[in-house]
Amino acid sequence: MFNAWSQIFKRDLLIAFRRRSEIIHPLIFFVMVVSLFPLAIGDDKVLLQKIAPAIIWVTALLATMLSLDNLFRSDFEDGSLEQMTLLQTPLSFLITAKIVAHWVITGLPLIIITPLLAVLLYLPSELISTLLLTLLLGTPTLSLIGAVGIALTVGLRQGGVILSLLILPLYIPVLIFATLALQNVEQGFSAEAQLAMMLAILVLAITLSPFAIAAALKVSLN
Amino acid sequence: MDKQYSYTAQLKVKKLACWRNSQVLFDDLSLDLLPENVLFLQGENGSGKTSLLRILCGFRLPDEGKITWGNQTIYSNPEYFQNISYVGHKNGIKDELTVEENLNLMRSMATASEIKTEVVLKEIGLFKQADVLTRQLSAGQKRKLALARLMMTNNSFWILDEPFTSLDTASVVFFESLIKKHIARGGMLILTSHHDIDLSGLSVNRLSLTN
Repeated sequence: MFNAWSQIFKRDLLIAFRRRSEIIHPLIFFVMVVSLFPLAIGDDKVLLQKIAPAIIWVTALLATMLSLDNLFRSDFEDGSLEQMTLLQTPLSFLITAKIVAHWVITGLPLIIITPLLAVLLYLPSELISTLLLTLLLGTPTLSLIGAVGIALTVGLRQGGVILSLLILPLYIPVLIFATLALQNVEQGFSAEAQLAMMLAILVLAITLSPFAIAAALKVSLN
Repeated sequence: MDKQYSYTAQLKVKKLACWRNSQVLFDDLSLDLLPENVLFLQGENGSGKTSLLRILCGFRLPDEGKITWGNQTIYSNPEYFQNISYVGHKNGIKDELTVEENLNLMRSMATASEIKTEVVLKEIGLFKQADVLTRQLSAGQKRKLALARLMMTNNSFWILDEPFTSLDTASVVFFESLIKKHIARGGMLILTSHHDIDLSGLSVNRLSLTN
């Protein structure tokens, strides 16, 4: 069971490595959109500082959604997904390998590059660690929730727009708690409550979404 | 002589119906399949052959009817699905992996057979291409790789949907002999094909689906 999991995990990393260009697009999107704001707003340090957490979070959210598009598509189109449903290892467990691999490929680089963008937006340095922590807790949740939407729309020809309509509303709680945590720290309060809440949402997503994803994929296969 | 399969049973399909877009593809379809038997599905395009095979694989749910394996319905019996080797229209191989990586992946996912990857590569004639990315193979070579799935696992129930599309004559002969070995070991097979397949010496049931 764990052997199959690690095989899928390794396979996805290898495939991503061989298709590097596609993987790097969401990251470039993230960097470009964030850097559009200083250009549009001008050198208004106070304003930028104030909206920096929101900019980074909203852009991270959109970049995650973009990157998710290919999560199940190639497996669906080349028939690997059909083969996966016939295995001894439950599909709901196997797909977590795909999601973890996907997060390592797309979510992690996004977090790593964030401090650089934070400087661009004049984000106070004492906020950066909290920002990274919210991203660390938040982006896996985004991937897990987004995967449910992807699994539902993978069989459709024009899944893109429907996907964003489906999953953006579900991203709102994560966004609210993340930005609230940063506001609190900015005003000198503790962000523990918000971070704990984000952790709770993540745990909820980890425990429930694999079953929803597997069920949605089976519907798409039908 | 290869070892007999340890996991086999009788497959029974009773009064199966399948609708697509509110049209009846087939209904009241019943069939039986015993170990060491072949079921050859025939019918025009769109007569529901693929749908039937996909129902047997569990990708689709039947709209009516019952499917049992041994005495249990297949939906309460995960072992039934694990025992299926399915090669459908889609090859189920990854373009970004090499031929050898694809084969090893097939093996590591299921109850593996004892055959060595190297031997399989030689038998399907892709030994020289072992380190080539699958994307660069021809359609026929990809099909051979997809069919090699049958050799990598120890599953006793094969479901093949148009297995020999774009294969050359020599490969067709090879896979026909593979099918005969499989049946001799007590295996079961359901297939559809518009090609002539040499199944001489096997007990073949033919079933025609009509529109």
